Amino acid sequence: MEFSVLVETSLREGVADPEGATIERSLPALGFDGVSQVRVGKAFRFVLDSADEATARAEVDDMCRRFLTNPVIEDYSATITASAAVAT
Amino acid sequence: MPAVVGVVVFPGSNCELDVAEAVRGLGGEARLLWHGDAGIGGVDAVVLPGGFAHGDYLRPGAIARFSPVMQAVGAHAAAGGPVVGICNGFQVLCEAGLLPGALQKNAGLKFLCRPATIRVEAGGTALTTGVEVGTTLDIPINHFEGNYTCEPETLAELRAEDRVVFRYVDNPNGSVDDIAGVCSAGRNVVGLMPHPERASHTLLGSTDGVPLLRSLLVTAGVAVRPGG
Repeated sequence: MEFSVLVETSLREGVADPEGATIERSLPALGFDGVSQVRVGKAFRFVLDSADEATARAEVDDMCRRFLTNPVIEDYSATITASAAVAT
Repeated sequence: MPAVVGVVVFPGSNCELDVAEAVRGLGGEARLLWHGDAGIGGVDAVVLPGGFAHGDYLRPGAIARFSPVMQAVGAHAAAGGPVVGICNGFQVLCEAGLLPGALQKNAGLKFLCRPATIRVEAGGTALTTGVEVGTTLDIPINHFEGNYTCEPETLAELRAEDRVVFRYVDNPNGSVDDIAGVCSAGRNVVGLMPHPERASHTLLGSTDGVPLLRSLLVTAGVAVRPGG
């Protein structure tokens, strides 16, 4: 089965985010007031071929822990969606 | 026989020749090691130099840790052999789990390229054997992601075990507890953001890196080579 995967990583709570802080300070200069708690992260989109959703989830968790994030400073969330079945 | 220091070259490393030159200037033998090779050729010590290994894609060090040579580097470290990561090399060691913590973007988001004063905080490591604790050194830094960070428990452990090897006198990047370099529990793996090789000759404006590199040669000379 093919799954569309979206992994979003961000700095863990409590880890300083200098990029987010700089963006937050810059927004009022452009007239965007009232913005707070800006956090910058990354997004990864890919297609994963896997036996079933549970297996796909386990694989995504593993690759996030071992490669896509540095668990010392980053968290992630993964959205896994089964792609429409393709007739063969 | 002079101690042999292997300097790993990743695609995107750019300080390997500076390290090799500094090692040779101190009477050591320097050998360049290719990241794609499985072994380290029986060298006595390994240096992971500065630069942008694998373009720093994903995160600095995140891809370099999977380079084939890193297994042998890990084995050398596990056997007590000296391993030093300078700047990008420090980032690689953290990503590889050979040192605790991580290196984050500098507070203030500035790329910093200038001399920094650091204080030697711990002796008996691969870089500070024979160097007096409390010594201050002027050594260049050159980084965007040098802001050392770790879990509070990790920091407590580093402090309790005297593993904070260098601190900035005037913290340039926001690192936790002013940390500029740390070592492993065995004290043979050391990572630091400043570049000792760039302070290894009067022509470079400072020779303050010399005692650190000399310590590396001394510890390399006494290190037990894995497998013999």
